[in-house]
Amino acid sequence: MSDVLLQLDGVSQQYGRGETAVTALSGVDLTVHVGELVAIMGASGSGKSTLLTIAGGLTSPTSGEVIVEGKWLSTMSAKDVAILRRRSLGFVFQDFNLIPALTAVENVALPLELDGWKHRRARSAAMDALGTVELTDRASHFPDDLSGGQQQRVAIARAVVGTRRIILADEPTGALDSTTGELVLRMLRRRVDAGAGGILVTHDARHAAWADRIVFLRDGRIVDESSSRGVEALLTSTVRE
Amino acid sequence: MHILENYILLEVIVSVRQSLLAILDQGPCYGYQLKSEFDRRTGSTWPLNVGQVYNTLERLERDGFVERTDADADDQKNYRITAAGHAEVATWLGSPVVRTAAARDELAIKLAVAVTLPGVDIINVIQVQRGATLRSLQELTRTKNATDDPETAEQLSWLLVVDSLIFQAEAEVRWLDHSETRLARAAASGVASAVPLNYEVPKRGRPAGTTRVAQAR
Repeated sequence: MSDVLLQLDGVSQQYGRGETAVTALSGVDLTVHVGELVAIMGASGSGKSTLLTIAGGLTSPTSGEVIVEGKWLSTMSAKDVAILRRRSLGFVFQDFNLIPALTAVENVALPLELDGWKHRRARSAAMDALGTVELTDRASHFPDDLSGGQQQRVAIARAVVGTRRIILADEPTGALDSTTGELVLRMLRRRVDAGAGGILVTHDARHAAWADRIVFLRDGRIVDESSSRGVEALLTSTVRE
Repeated sequence: MHILENYILLEVIVSVRQSLLAILDQGPCYGYQLKSEFDRRTGSTWPLNVGQVYNTLERLERDGFVERTDADADDQKNYRITAAGHAEVATWLGSPVVRTAAARDELAIKLAVAVTLPGVDIINVIQVQRGATLRSLQELTRTKNATDDPETAEQLSWLLVVDSLIFQAEAEVRWLDHSETRLARAAASGVASAVPLNYEVPKRGRPAGTTRVAQAR
């Protein structure tokens, strides 16, 4: 089996038509392997969040392909994409997005129950996921009774519960203080190392540094600066007369 | 090779003298012992050689902050702190470290000069630098990730050093981002960047009309 979890192939996204058209993404290629965390950096409006919603099957790109665990989203019905999202992908947002009326373990079990899992089995899988973020003892707490860092760890558990192996995180530490944010990233890193994979969108280099690869979005294009031209290329445009 | 050694090549200003004095404040030490104490308290990030330690001790002795005790059986030169030395330590710990604005910054100098040169792709200079800084940042983060929770005081002080390097690297990346945006704006508004050589500048002395700014040491 291929170790590619997620692949974006020539993905472009345009809003509007004709002269007023805005290009948000332009020919983006990106591959995430098992055990790999890819950080995407870029200024506000560079298309980071657009890219994440496309990678997660929430939006269809204008052109290009999104391939999730070997499945081409463009060939699937909306219903099947929704199922794939529940089974393969987990989102982690800046503001945690937990359901306040559900306990931690119920929040984590929710995507499994929506997918038709029996309550007991879903709960058991949710407890396993909470264990990996060291929150077993908070399982029956409601989100309001948890700190920000703990809520975000619940969200990470939810993102990887059951068969889900692809984590799509959009500024997951944005609402947390620096030490708590670091703990959350440590947990995210640990989950990825244990056989998941993911994309981490951030504008903070210190957070991006937890990733295996750091790419930049500039004007809707991916720039991988780890393969930047060497120093000898710096003077290529010099014309001696 | 120690993972932090790359950073030692940077201009690192360490209060070695004050640190050695603070360690001596805990009790008398001989030179090699002092070196080991400093190294283990700083994660061997800025390793000292013994010669450097003895030179420092001689200067501290001259200034009246330490004094030699009788040599022990192994003929080791033992040093102990004086009352003046003890006061000096208290002053050091109680006062801020002032980073002089004029301290030379290799990278700032490089960018400032590069932007005035014709035909240099300054954006690429920035990107090459950012790529390298990000890789260092990743390396430091991996180092930190390997130490989950510090278990000893030495690990704790070492983590403080690693964090300090991480935050410095982050600041550098932010400054590079900022510079890139500034350069893009300047290019868009047609600010000429290349500065041609000026043959009218007098060959000696300071050009008339300029004032001395804080001099880099």
